[in-house]
Amino acid sequence: MRKTLIAIAAAALVAAPALSENISDPEEILTARHGYMLLLANQLAPLGAMAKGEMPYDAATAARAAASLAALASVDTSMLWAPGTEEGAIEDSSALPEILSNTADREARFAELTTASHTLSAAAGTDLEGLKAAMGAVGQACGGCHKQYRKSE
Amino acid sequence: MRRILAALLLLAFAALGLFWFVTRPTPLPADALDGLTPNLANGEQVFWAAGCAACHADAAAKGEAKLVLKGGQRFPSPFGTFVAPNISNDPAAGIGGWSALDLANAMLRGISPRGAHYYPVFPYASYTKASLQDVVDLRAFLATLPADATPSAAHEVGFPFNIRLSLGAWKFLYLDPAWVVTGDLTPEEERGRYLAEALGHCGECHTPRGALGGMERARWLAGGPVPGGKGNFPNITPAKLTWSEPDIVEYLTSGFTPDYDSAGGHMALVVENTAHLPESDRAAIAAYLKRVPPAQ
Repeated sequence: MRKTLIAIAAAALVAAPALSENISDPEEILTARHGYMLLLANQLAPLGAMAKGEMPYDAATAARAAASLAALASVDTSMLWAPGTEEGAIEDSSALPEILSNTADREARFAELTTASHTLSAAAGTDLEGLKAAMGAVGQACGGCHKQYRKSE
Repeated sequence: MRRILAALLLLAFAALGLFWFVTRPTPLPADALDGLTPNLANGEQVFWAAGCAACHADAAAKGEAKLVLKGGQRFPSPFGTFVAPNISNDPAAGIGGWSALDLANAMLRGISPRGAHYYPVFPYASYTKASLQDVVDLRAFLATLPADATPSAAHEVGFPFNIRLSLGAWKFLYLDPAWVVTGDLTPEEERGRYLAEALGHCGECHTPRGALGGMERARWLAGGPVPGGKGNFPNITPAKLTWSEPDIVEYLTSGFTPDYDSAGGHMALVVENTAHLPESDRAAIAAYLKRVPPAQ
């Protein structure tokens, strides 16, 4: 048992530098950030399809998606906003430099998304009308940040 | 010689007369609103449909702060930078002292209570199609909003565009109350047309503008460059906007695109307004957009 622990610790030590090297590379961080946004979109997809009437309302599916969204929204994303990943510094980034530096406001906006997602997860499992009503606040949380910190196309 | 001089003088007078005729402000008749009584609930709907807060409230404002119409947002253009004025209920800094007729002249004719032309950055080229009843209702609703004493900032517009009389000529050319999309429309499509072409003033950004800044009706909603900035307003005619009607409704409700990206830039502010409309109105806008002639 002790040997196993030592082996794990040794492996962790070896792995640690590689890991920190990965997350300091702006390309990797940008890929991770875009992936994170895609994860959010994936959870929104069934909720939106139900709101639009493209998919029959199913309380369990809706509640699961909304709960996943809430979980994702409360993840610490600070490492995704590292210097060198802003628009202009790297290709395919549309993040204005302000979102990297305005840490407090950025975190407040993610907190807003978390709150709205929790409300959505409570409402989504109840009925379709509740789901539709709660989608608005989630959209506003996304849009509020995008309108301020994302470069317009 | 004397005869030529007289003829020239006559011609000059005629030209002056024509200039005066073309550029003079033409307010509504004083009795235009007679018999109309305000409906406050509809006035609130008109407020959101017309998107007043998108330009006149602080861009970052949320919730109740969106109702403080103190102005200050800046709009760069090839003609200079325009600054949204205070239209809060303050009698001195805002429009607290305006009558319903003052608001109707501003929105439908682009004329201030003192008879000066407004710049068409204020979208009267769209609002000119608004119903007088809606204006009366909006006046009543605006009177319920907070007053703010922030003075309006001056527009930063150079010569010759700072000669407001010349705007009369602009209006002569471009102020056209006729609908752009015509034909056999359903009542829902007509409602959508009213919301999109009049109150929602979609064309002000999404329709390309000519050299003098008038909307090119032949390329209605076909998109174009952002004035004084980078990027483009997207083409939202059926040639490019292939979203389904429920997709459009969802976008105008929560801001989510069919890929679950969200609206950004000024469009996020637009969605903050359309989100307040009844779903039937958002569906009407979607139905209308499907009837717009496709333009590449």
